[in-house]
Amino acid sequence: MRLTAHKLTTTASIAALVGCLGFAPTIASADTAADLKKGKEVAFDRKKGNCLACHQIAGGELAGNIGPPLIAMKARFPDYDKLRAQIYDARPNNPNTIMIPYGPHSVMSGKEIDLVTKFIHTL
Amino acid sequence: MKKIATALSVMLIAATPIAAQATPDDDLKAFRSYFTEKFPEVPMNDFKNGVYALDASAREQWEAFEEFPSYEIAVDDGEGKFHKKFANGKGYADCFPNYKKGIKQNYPYFDSDSGKVVTMEGAINKCRTDNGEKALKWKKGALTEVSAYLTSLSRGHIVNVKVPNDAKAIAAYNQGKKHFFAKRGQLNMACADCHYYYAGSKIRADILSPALGQTTGFPVYRNKWAGMGTLHRRYAGCNKQVRSKPFKAQSDEYRALEYYHTYMSNGLELNGPSQRK
Repeated sequence: MRLTAHKLTTTASIAALVGCLGFAPTIASADTAADLKKGKEVAFDRKKGNCLACHQIAGGELAGNIGPPLIAMKARFPDYDKLRAQIYDARPNNPNTIMIPYGPHSVMSGKEIDLVTKFIHTL
Repeated sequence: MKKIATALSVMLIAATPIAAQATPDDDLKAFRSYFTEKFPEVPMNDFKNGVYALDASAREQWEAFEEFPSYEIAVDDGEGKFHKKFANGKGYADCFPNYKKGIKQNYPYFDSDSGKVVTMEGAINKCRTDNGEKALKWKKGALTEVSAYLTSLSRGHIVNVKVPNDAKAIAAYNQGKKHFFAKRGQLNMACADCHYYYAGSKIRADILSPALGQTTGFPVYRNKWAGMGTLHRRYAGCNKQVRSKPFKAQSDEYRALEYYHTYMSNGLELNGPSQRK
């Protein structure tokens, strides 16, 4: 946490500097600890992501095994956008997938999908 | 790319009539061999035990339940209700002359006069209304008790559902098959997704039961319900779980589904009424 706080201060200083130079800072896309915590909550929420119904995830108990365990996610999805697209709607990659079309069927909002993707990408 | 797409469409159009010609018997063979290949260690006649054919630890608990089964009260109450005469002096036995020998194995059947699929619950209520009695509620209560009694007398019989060569019978069968394989609801899941393709996998801590043998135990005492329920009560629950609006019990849709679903268990032994988690 102290490390995160330190990082945040650094980021803020850089942002301030960049701000002085007249660039718009893009802190909004940074994965803050708060975002990751929220992402985990949405992922584990039975009414939202309910990811544990099918996937093993570190920190979750009694996980299902319909889908693959969510490990080494950065190796499997170096591209964050591809992971987000997969969570948003898995059908383009597999039309018969059992995975819920979270985005098109409004099971999660775009913001919630962002948070879940950030969390899953850390696994 | 366009050419490929066109070629594919032409192939699909050409393939559709052939696929539609798969007879119920072809479907049954394919369905059974899918499950025997998926679960080579499960003997065919063990599929009648539903998820307990796959889940050894849950099976132990289930077998303990079955020693003093919760559905026994329903069977006893059903027996009393079955033998109580209607106001016109007639009784259920007049509608079901072969009840002692066991009749459940023939349900649902296609009635060529009405052009409709008849379920055992439907026949029980028709017997009542034909004799001037009020129909019972479809999903739980007294109807499940009479059904449980008749089913208990049919134990050990082999499921023997027939799809006659009648356009309406085949249409009902295909409607049920389509329901089984079609994705539905906000969660976009088909019956087949969980109970065919992923049967035996875990959803959270629960093992998904194979569709083969799902119907043989109904009506069931379900611990989650703390009571008895019909197959259509369970269908409605499944549809709700994938956030789809359930159909009405005994609707054309669920009778068609029961027709297909039960046909797929032809050849298995009836072991209802039964107990489920």
